[in-house]
Amino acid sequence: MSSLISIRNLTASVEGKEILKGLNLDIGPGEIHAIMGPNGSGKSTLSNVLAGRENYQVTGGEVLFEGRDLLALAPEERAREGIFLAFQYPVEIPGVSNVYLLKAAVNALRKHRGLPELDAMDFLTLVKQKMKSVEMNPEFLHRSVNEGFSGGEKKRNEILQMTLLEPKFAILDETDSGLDIDALKIVADGVNRLRNPERSMLVITHYQRLLDYIVPDYVHVLSGGRIVKSGGKELALELEERGYGWLETQPRAAAGRPA
Amino acid sequence: MNPALDRYLATGAALAARLPGSGLPWVRDWRERARRRLGELGLPTHRHEAWKYTSLAALEKQNFEPLASPGTVNDVAAWQLPGGAHRLVLVDGHFVPGLSDLGRLPPRSVVKSFADALAQVPYLLENVLGEGEEPDALAALNAALATDGVFIDLGDGVVVEQPIHVLYLSTAAGSMSTSRSLMLVGAGASATVVEEHLGLTAEAYFVNVRSEVRLAREARFEHLRLQREGTKAQHLGALRVRQAAGSQLISQAVAMGALVSRQDIATHFAEPDCQARLNGLYVLGGRQHADHYTTIEHASPRGTSRELYHGILDGHSRGVFTGRVLVAPHAVGTDAAQANHNLLLSREAEVDTRPQLEIYADDVKCSHGATVGQIDENMLFYLRSRGVGLDLARNLLLHGFAREVLEKIGVASVRERLEQLLIERLPEHENLEGIL
Ligand SMILES: Nc1ncnc2c1ncn2[C@@H]1O[C@H](COP(=O)(O)OP(=O)(O)OP(=O)(O)O)[C@@H](O)[C@H]1O
Ligand SMILES: [Mg+2]
Repeated sequence: MSSLISIRNLTASVEGKEILKGLNLDIGPGEIHAIMGPNGSGKSTLSNVLAGRENYQVTGGEVLFEGRDLLALAPEERAREGIFLAFQYPVEIPGVSNVYLLKAAVNALRKHRGLPELDAMDFLTLVKQKMKSVEMNPEFLHRSVNEGFSGGEKKRNEILQMTLLEPKFAILDETDSGLDIDALKIVADGVNRLRNPERSMLVITHYQRLLDYIVPDYVHVLSGGRIVKSGGKELALELEERGYGWLETQPRAAAGRPA
Repeated sequence: MNPALDRYLATGAALAARLPGSGLPWVRDWRERARRRLGELGLPTHRHEAWKYTSLAALEKQNFEPLASPGTVNDVAAWQLPGGAHRLVLVDGHFVPGLSDLGRLPPRSVVKSFADALAQVPYLLENVLGEGEEPDALAALNAALATDGVFIDLGDGVVVEQPIHVLYLSTAAGSMSTSRSLMLVGAGASATVVEEHLGLTAEAYFVNVRSEVRLAREARFEHLRLQREGTKAQHLGALRVRQAAGSQLISQAVAMGALVSRQDIATHFAEPDCQARLNGLYVLGGRQHADHYTTIEHASPRGTSRELYHGILDGHSRGVFTGRVLVAPHAVGTDAAQANHNLLLSREAEVDTRPQLEIYADDVKCSHGATVGQIDENMLFYLRSRGVGLDLARNLLLHGFAREVLEKIGVASVRERLEQLLIERLPEHENLEGIL
């Protein structure tokens, strides 16, 4: 079966510092992959590179999305093709109300898919229904994007956007951090409702707990800018118990290097 | 001597006998003292700290002349406030009753032209106008030449529900329109005054407008200055407020027009527990220059002031913001916060922003912050990552940045009008249709 997204030997740097050092990952349609790994190992860097943030320089390798060169696309084109990143730290945008963002995003996507724009009524009906599904108060529509939202509210807002945009490939970057137990279930339910045989997800987390709710097909460990171990969902349990110390985190020094 | 100054002084002297109130000795005296003061002070130059970044050279180069009568304006329907208002229209510095519509005002309120007030109720103005010296050269220039303006006197507890909309229209190239207004707000009274300035000529002209405001105890007053002058206009505006105990001032200054504009906004907390909010937005392009010079004098205990100014600058435009906050030694419990943020849309645009805090009291809270920069990359990326195209994402952010100030405007019709005007100034603004 061919991959939805295929990452080959990807290297990337931020401000001249190499963070991703040859990363390989293939995700098939409908699969959920989890990535775990120590702080600073490059998980968010990978997310941002896939979403197209410009201050992350791709220095080598390639990413194919549905067989096409993803890295050649602008961030908005990637989103329209079906990539969605739920940010680890969603940015606050004072003055821009949530409803403007949602409308602009939904319309851009519909236009791209050759669908007519939704009229104001249909749009509101749709948004309110989706808000209900993630138990968000409709008053959040008229608040500025993420401004003054609690940590959990920000994460829920990300899931709301994902639910509206129905991406083909969603990256959830620590969407579970900052969520209380109830909110975690709401978010996980939202994610699970979106699961289907075509839609794939990359779930980045530090906690095995999330994976009880969103059960992954594969678990990978990202360390030092590379995937150093992959396994089934049991790997998460093992990591929870043993930490990362037992894994090989750096490439071995080349033979013959002077001691 | 400065020939331009002499010219303006001569104009003032020549007009003195025809200006409103000239039959009253104290008004003649007031104008004469103003001319003398202007002669002593001279027009400000770059050597004056307060005028470091703004040049009045145009006033020296070109001989702007007052018009003896207003130019022709057939109707003002296009500028009416949709929600209703008490409207006064001044054309080229002259009140035009036929275009004005004062509507129904509550009892114990006086709203009329400055000239009519001097003719009919001069005793209401004498104490305020006649007292002391004009504070600076431009105030003196204004006093020496004011052909008209607005007079408002609200008795204690009077609430004027609808805004008082003062529309200043300039119709003629080379004209000089000078207006003086006086607004007296009684104890516990409340009103909103919208001073809106429009240019009906694309040529250069000069507007000098000044409002003096007195707020009695617990009064609540919102003042809006909407500067939408013609593209070659020179605009000098001033608002000076004196606040009694527990009074509240909201000042909103929006500058979109004129080639060179200067707004002096000053309030003085004469008694304890005053509040002032000074908000401003300037949206400039081309070679426009806008200078906002604000002063808040915490001269009494427990005053609160909040100041928020945003600027959007494109082309070769230049913005200047000065935020003076003075806290007197006995003004304990003062709480003052100030912020000025600017977005530069081109390499050639420029901003000078300077907080000036002079604090002589202990036990006060004073903060200030200023930024000058480009559109935030993180915000831009966030919007784009949701499929929103670059141009639309930029416009949403610019609109949002301006809206942070505009949303503080209490009068819905004004807020909506300004939002629309703002949108029309954004590049490729059609992309916002259907979203806002
Ligand atoms: N804009 C930046 N400028 C400088 N360094 C950066 C930048 N962004 C990321 N880095 C660095 O890159 C490394 C990887 O960061 P990244 O955010 O990808 O880690 P992470 O695996 O997501 O960590 P965490 O689990 O804490 O979220 C870190 O050392 C980080 O400091
Ligand atoms: Mg991270």
